[in-house]
Amino acid sequence: MAEQLLIQLLIGLSSGMILALVASGLTLIFGIMDVVNFAHGELFMLGAYVGTTVLVATGSFWLALLVASVTIALLGAGLHITTLRPLLGRDPLTTILATFGLSLVLQNYALWQYGPVARKIQEPITSQFQFFHIQFPWYRIVIALLSAAIIGALWLFLKYGKYGIWIRATTQDRIMASAMGIPVPLVHTAVFAIGSAMAAASGVLFGPLVGVNHAMGLDWILKAFIVVVVGGMGNLAGSILASLLVSLLEAFASLWVSPAQAVIVSFVVLILTLLFRPTGLFVPTPK
Amino acid sequence: MLTVEAIHTYYGKSHILHGVSLEVSPGEVVGLLGRNGVGKSTTLKTIMGLIHPTEGRIVFEGQPITRTVPHRLARLGIGYVPEDRRIFRLLTVLENLRTGLDRNGVTEERKKVLLDKVYQYFPVLAERRYQAGGTLSGGEQQMLAIARAMMLEPKIILLDEPTEGLMPKMVTQIREIITLLHQEGVAILLVEQNVPLTLAVSSRIYIMEKGVVRHHATAAALRSDDSVIHQYLGV
Amino acid sequence: MTAPRAATAYWIGFGAVLALLIAAPLVLPEFWRRFVTEILIWGLLAMSSDILIGYTGMISFGHSAFFGLGMYGAAAALLTVRPPNLWLALLYGLIGAGVIAAFVAYFATRLRDIYFAITTLVFSQIFYVIIFTWTEVTGGENGLTFRQPPFSVPAVLSVPFTPVTLHWFVLAVVALSYLILRRVTQSPFGMVLQSIRENEPRTRAIGYHVERYKIVAVMLSGLFAGLAGVLYALQNKFAAPDFVFFLVSGEVVIFNVMGGMGTLVGPVAGAAFFLLLREVFSRFFTEYYLIPVGVIFTLMVVFMPQGLLGFLRRRLNQ
Repeated sequence: MAEQLLIQLLIGLSSGMILALVASGLTLIFGIMDVVNFAHGELFMLGAYVGTTVLVATGSFWLALLVASVTIALLGAGLHITTLRPLLGRDPLTTILATFGLSLVLQNYALWQYGPVARKIQEPITSQFQFFHIQFPWYRIVIALLSAAIIGALWLFLKYGKYGIWIRATTQDRIMASAMGIPVPLVHTAVFAIGSAMAAASGVLFGPLVGVNHAMGLDWILKAFIVVVVGGMGNLAGSILASLLVSLLEAFASLWVSPAQAVIVSFVVLILTLLFRPTGLFVPTPK
Repeated sequence: MLTVEAIHTYYGKSHILHGVSLEVSPGEVVGLLGRNGVGKSTTLKTIMGLIHPTEGRIVFEGQPITRTVPHRLARLGIGYVPEDRRIFRLLTVLENLRTGLDRNGVTEERKKVLLDKVYQYFPVLAERRYQAGGTLSGGEQQMLAIARAMMLEPKIILLDEPTEGLMPKMVTQIREIITLLHQEGVAILLVEQNVPLTLAVSSRIYIMEKGVVRHHATAAALRSDDSVIHQYLGV
Repeated sequence: MTAPRAATAYWIGFGAVLALLIAAPLVLPEFWRRFVTEILIWGLLAMSSDILIGYTGMISFGHSAFFGLGMYGAAAALLTVRPPNLWLALLYGLIGAGVIAAFVAYFATRLRDIYFAITTLVFSQIFYVIIFTWTEVTGGENGLTFRQPPFSVPAVLSVPFTPVTLHWFVLAVVALSYLILRRVTQSPFGMVLQSIRENEPRTRAIGYHVERYKIVAVMLSGLFAGLAGVLYALQNKFAAPDFVFFLVSGEVVIFNVMGGMGTLVGPVAGAAFFLLLREVFSRFFTEYYLIPVGVIFTLMVVFMPQGLLGFLRRRLNQ
């Protein structure tokens, strides 16, 4: 039993880190641009597909990761410029609708291009390691570490560096940032691109663990939204902690119920959070 | 250098500016006086592209800039210091300055020179350079807002009520800053309620009432006969 | 146009449309007859959603839950009580939807905007998961099938539905719902809802108990959505979890936006437009019709946010 708990712990942590990567992109986009990106799950999914294509063509997993991130970043930038920039300054709920429309298009596009059958990506590291008496795949540890590294890099970028200052200034006061010569529309597009790249990277990293198919974004977008709300919208650290919390709880829950039912855990966490700490579990409730 | 021709601006359905015209020559300090609500701030905001006028033209150095976005105007050389300062509260003083400093085509040496100059003018900012903007006092935030605009090396600064809510000692400091900027050749369009200060630093003054410019004279003329000012400002 | 003449013109228009819809099943081929009935049902769902989205300004992605529970509620009645009773199905369905609506209403008062939208989305997914996995009760993935009950007036008559009479029944229910909802939106209550949408803090400051109004709005919206679910169950004789999936809620939102929010009639037109587009595009794109439809929807959100009706209204005013 202890071994099972340990395995679930590791599974929860590694899935949690991937979820954190997806959620970070989402909360970044929301925090900086007030945009709820419904299409985030589809960017995740398309990233996985591009990853599989590159993997099949070149055999290199890491190249697939890189190409997928860059491609989807460009796609994200394109989508932002065409669809979201015209909505700047309008009621934020219109962005939910617009990104929802985009998610429909992207999802069905993937269905059309790639068909309904799930594809398998081979993980780059198939070995397992011994930990007490259990075998655990190295790959899961690697993706957890990579996700943490990417998120860490993002944090450093935001804290230091010229563009980090631009982004933070734009978040705090979009108008004054513009008056200081910061090209706000460009900053927004760049942030959207970064968020998209993070989603795509998660898709490629997570791909080997499940099949890659056109609907894989749906589960993730739901969980990512839950985690972003639980962690406090726009709160990067909060969404990371919330991702770990929810994933761990789900992992432990799946010892007793089926995985399909384990998702109820995240729903329950959300409801409890909304009842008692609506601004986010890790955010002090404003008086 | 800056010409504003008959602009009309609305806030939603409210017609605030009813055809405002004024101009500022290179290096000039021009004052804009008027009671609360006559549209002085709105005029500055329209020039800076924060609001679009429905009619009229604005020309800067021969280029029409009537509906240009603020970030392009900042790069063309127009600095803006708003009425409520609006410094970036969560950024440090240095980071606030860097929002204007980190422009294309500015060498690292030049950046250092500019930064040192600003620290000289505003020693208090040098002391607090790593502190978050939101922790500064009102007067210090005003200094920061002006310093931040100076980082753009602008040809003209739009200054909106810089002395509002400040102690007399700080008002004097503001007056010195304006004089220093003038000596460096930076033009200033100064919106103020503080009449003595405006009379002291400006070369020309416009007086606004109900969304139009009602009177225009040299500061010298107004210093000798300020009855017009009493008439429009009731001061 | 003076007010009385505008009203007369409206009722003439309404009567004309009603007449067309009554005649429809008699002249249209089977496929299109079903199509029109479906438009009516989805139209009702869209109208119910409009109460929240268009009038009160609360975007909800949870209508699939109300719809689905109406559907499964009806299924429960038709499967457990013999002989299958039409009115019992209606009752069970409305109760089912009503319970969920009460639950959602509680949260509606404590959450704003985006949080509310996301929460409603999560709710519809919760029900989806429950329905999908609780196979013993709900039939899981395959759903439930049942017999269509006859049209019965207790102790007087019991006549099985024909496709045509079922259409008329649906039409009657939908038309009646429309009239009720119209009355509600034009009443003082409806005005308060709109004022909440325009400026909630101000409405509260004036003295209205915004929470109570929101609760009633959600209940109203949920009940009519559940009613649509019952009608759907009656027409198609099955209940499936697919309809509880949040994408259905998304489609409802599409109807609202395309047709014009806050007009009641708009969303019905939006539903018709969407279903028509789906038909047409399916001929060319088979199951990928959502690609062009999704593109059209997104373009409309950006360029035509008042929807078809708003657009037409502007054109007519010029």
